Amino acid sequence: MGNTLQQPFRTAVLVLVWGWLLFLVFTPNLLVVGASVMTRDPSTFISLPMNLDAYRQLLNPLYLDVFLHSLYMAAMTTLICLLIGYPFAWSLSKVARKNRLLLIFLLIVPFWTNSLVRTYALKLILATNGLLNNALMAMGIIDEPMQMLYTEGAVIIGLVYLLLPFMILPLYTVFEDLREDFLRASHDLGAGRWSTFIHVIVPLTLPGVLAGVMLVLLPAMGLFFVPDVLGGSRNLLVGNVIKNQFLDARNWPFGAAASIMLTLAMAFLMFAHRLSKRRIGEDGV
Amino acid sequence: MKQTLLSLSKLSKQFDDRKVLDSLDLEILDGEFITLLGPSGCGKTTLLRMMAGFEHPDEGSITLGSQDLTHTPPEARPLNTVFQNYALFPHMSVFDNVAYGLKMEKRPKPEIKQRVEEALAMVQLEDFAKRKPHQLSGGQQQRVAIARAVVKRPKMLLLDEPLSALDYKLRRTMQVELKRLQRELGITFVFVTHDQEEALSMSDRIVVLKDGLIQQLGTPREVYERPANLFTARFVGETNFFPGRVDALNDDGTIIVDVFGLKRRFRKPDFSVVKGQPLHVLLRPEDIRVLAPGDDDGVAGKVVERNYKGSTLDSVIHLTDGTEVLASEFFDEDDPTFDYRLGEPVRVSWVDGWEWLLPEEPAVVAEEETVDG
Repeated sequence: MGNTLQQPFRTAVLVLVWGWLLFLVFTPNLLVVGASVMTRDPSTFISLPMNLDAYRQLLNPLYLDVFLHSLYMAAMTTLICLLIGYPFAWSLSKVARKNRLLLIFLLIVPFWTNSLVRTYALKLILATNGLLNNALMAMGIIDEPMQMLYTEGAVIIGLVYLLLPFMILPLYTVFEDLREDFLRASHDLGAGRWSTFIHVIVPLTLPGVLAGVMLVLLPAMGLFFVPDVLGGSRNLLVGNVIKNQFLDARNWPFGAAASIMLTLAMAFLMFAHRLSKRRIGEDGV
Repeated sequence: MKQTLLSLSKLSKQFDDRKVLDSLDLEILDGEFITLLGPSGCGKTTLLRMMAGFEHPDEGSITLGSQDLTHTPPEARPLNTVFQNYALFPHMSVFDNVAYGLKMEKRPKPEIKQRVEEALAMVQLEDFAKRKPHQLSGGQQQRVAIARAVVKRPKMLLLDEPLSALDYKLRRTMQVELKRLQRELGITFVFVTHDQEEALSMSDRIVVLKDGLIQQLGTPREVYERPANLFTARFVGETNFFPGRVDALNDDGTIIVDVFGLKRRFRKPDFSVVKGQPLHVLLRPEDIRVLAPGDDDGVAGKVVERNYKGSTLDSVIHLTDGTEVLASEFFDEDDPTFDYRLGEPVRVSWVDGWEWLLPEEPAVVAEEETVDG
């Protein structure tokens, strides 16, 4: 009886979900794939014939350099986020419950401000006459202002600042699930702190690490406004290239091909994440 | 005579304002199966964790033979634990789980392989070495946890409610299996449980704990038949408490006690008694005899509940003064008076000599009144 009552609701939900996926996920992506194999056309953006020129262009040393430099900055960002986020999430999971909620709340508060605005705030701090330089000079640590803005470092700082919570939150969930008994069992069987960390804690928190890497690495290659505001012209991300192709250079096929590369990289990371979860039996049999 | 293996001396532990262990002394003998029994919060798990090294006492000491373990970290203690939820490493195969302790000892590979295979054979899981823990049933996981703990040949195995997650039938099987393992390995087992039936059937000795204090230490038989106090009597098995009053002290080591107006002759108890003193007469349900209403012996009452248990018939009888009596009788199909209907009048008596006497405990009585009120 409950079944027949629920049937229309069930159908409505399924139509909504599948409709959403079809029109707002599948179709746009198909359009991007389509655009990537078309020919560039100054007036209509894309035109026939179909070819793989855009993908060939990706291998152009100039873009390869941008891609590798972007990957390097994203990797540094991810590494720094991991180095800060891992111990942060670990200690967060050890804090008494009511303080823990407060700390997570504080972690989320910055999201209420637009990230572009926060990036401009960072610019004020890093500028030649900015807060940081002035403070360092007032303390007598440096004599004259350091060039911090428009450097690779500034871009990485900006990316770390924006993306750190995305590393901490998935790590926090795996640490919260990490049962004290596993650590006790490891010590009980003769393992010291370091062995327990390597053999038990790292493998059991690996899904969280990969989830965090996924949430940080890909956006760190795409957040084009961070280099726009903090990086100057030499520190471009793949995201800047894609944006430029669509908005300035009007080379849609190439922009589409570049964004497909990013999507494939994402798919690869998700696959690795699934594998790591299956290893500890969290993802079904 | 068995030698002391582990001795706990004056152990105290406080969490916030709560005293979990209160200057507790205990000697664990080499090769025995000893059970820490008590309700939740009695300190039994804390005590076990102290032996394992996961908790540290505020005061007191733990010594193994001549070695002081009080401040030794768990990884350096020659004891191993079987955890309540097994705590098998989910990312490792059964083989790697069991091998973990030996790898930490940096044993040579061939030795590890041989010892792990022996340990798995001992728990009949040789064919499961490559499985992951989540591919095993609860009972199999339990056996892996045991193999992992005994493969290091510890002096002592600590078991923290290891059977509580299993269903009734499997629990019975594992009880037998654990006893067998303990006999074969000759390792001292310290077993924590809140299940008195489990404690009675498995242990050489039982430690009954309440509020961080040892209530009684003895063989299952001593604990069941001669409980040291009202708490033990209530916690271990079901008991009828009849109010008695000392009527006379005889020269031959017996006393006459007035129970429900009946004058019964009992052995003189260990505690001192004076004429007119109130005391508790404890009778287990199986000590009770239900008689026909016309019988001269016993006290009048009526049957209010009957439970057929297969081998026994358990009844609840209300005496005329309102006292509730539990009786558990073995079937005797030849006895025509055996089967009573609900509401039927009967008389209640017991087998003399099977009773156990305990003095009044004002504090406990008061506590019970508040609970009832």
